[in-house]
Amino acid sequence: MSRVIHKFTSRIPTWRPYITPIDFDNATPAQHEALKETPSNTKISDYVLVLAHDPESLRIRTSLFNGIMYDKGGLSRDERELGAVAASVVNRCIYCAAVHAHRYNNIVGDEKVMQDIFLRGKEADLEPRIRAILKFAMRLSECPPNVTDSDIQSLRDVGLEDQEIVDLTLSTTLFGWANRLMHTLGEPVSNL
Amino acid sequence: MTHVLEQAADVPTTGPLADALAVRHKLMDLTQASYEAALLPSDAGQVPVAIRVALACRMARICQQAGLTQHYADLLAGYGSDADLYQIAEPGNKPPASEKRLSAMVTYADLVTQRPRDATKEDIQALKEAGIEESDIVRLAGLVAFVNYQLRVAAVLSVMGKDKVGEAK
Repeated sequence: MSRVIHKFTSRIPTWRPYITPIDFDNATPAQHEALKETPSNTKISDYVLVLAHDPESLRIRTSLFNGIMYDKGGLSRDERELGAVAASVVNRCIYCAAVHAHRYNNIVGDEKVMQDIFLRGKEADLEPRIRAILKFAMRLSECPPNVTDSDIQSLRDVGLEDQEIVDLTLSTTLFGWANRLMHTLGEPVSNL
Repeated sequence: MTHVLEQAADVPTTGPLADALAVRHKLMDLTQASYEAALLPSDAGQVPVAIRVALACRMARICQQAGLTQHYADLLAGYGSDADLYQIAEPGNKPPASEKRLSAMVTYADLVTQRPRDATKEDIQALKEAGIEESDIVRLAGLVAFVNYQLRVAAVLSVMGKDKVGEAK
């Protein structure tokens, strides 16, 4: 039996949907078209098969997702993943947090930062640039979002350029979007 | 193509922020396309466009995003004078209990905008019990999730844009 996971982890769980995924073999042409590209070019998951109930949104969303996380220039890949994790922690999307903590750890080759964030959230003991990014992304993910001149200044103070601030905003808010789908339409369970 | 988000956030047309957004023009085009797919889709299912716009206006007010609140309020005015819609565009108001589907949609939009961390399987079950089909639950979830993204991008851009113009207030 698989168990529902309630604690943050960087071990990637299985996602169990509350909504019946579409049947790929009987999908409409619009659904097939929307499933041609997948987030991070992974296999066609139950998650995308659930979202394929609305193919018009899914097709665009996948291109946007891949662009925000992987397009060249601007904010580094690991700092984009940090924005994704920060949103996922605020929104308690255990699945998204696990996937993107795992990617962060692979890029930086160290698990300490994510362990500390999962344990202590905003109070994690991090180097100034990482701490400023985490704090900004967490405040932005709250409701209502908290963004003031001094929030932007706190990123400039640790050396972020306008391009990097825009990129961090996109990766953080993209996960506010993803979390609201993944955490509400299904749940993370331990691997069988 | 006019982009609703940048317009609502009053982004300057020149300067470092405009340059940064120009680098990401493909992503801002896709954001606009996502807006159209979430708010004005060609296949709206059983989640009518007028209800989508009213819910978006409600979420913009909850997130205190002035530019997009104005945008959605103006858009809503184009969908006639249905008092129920104007009512649900205001946070705190609930539709009449007899409107089971609409009530369930409003409850979901509020929860997932304000406290997504607290959402559980029961909240999806409540939508199903109100008679909302699975495909429409995905459409509703997509709408709520997209608008929350859009509101936060607008929140940052409006602060950065004002900051960069350098107007002394």
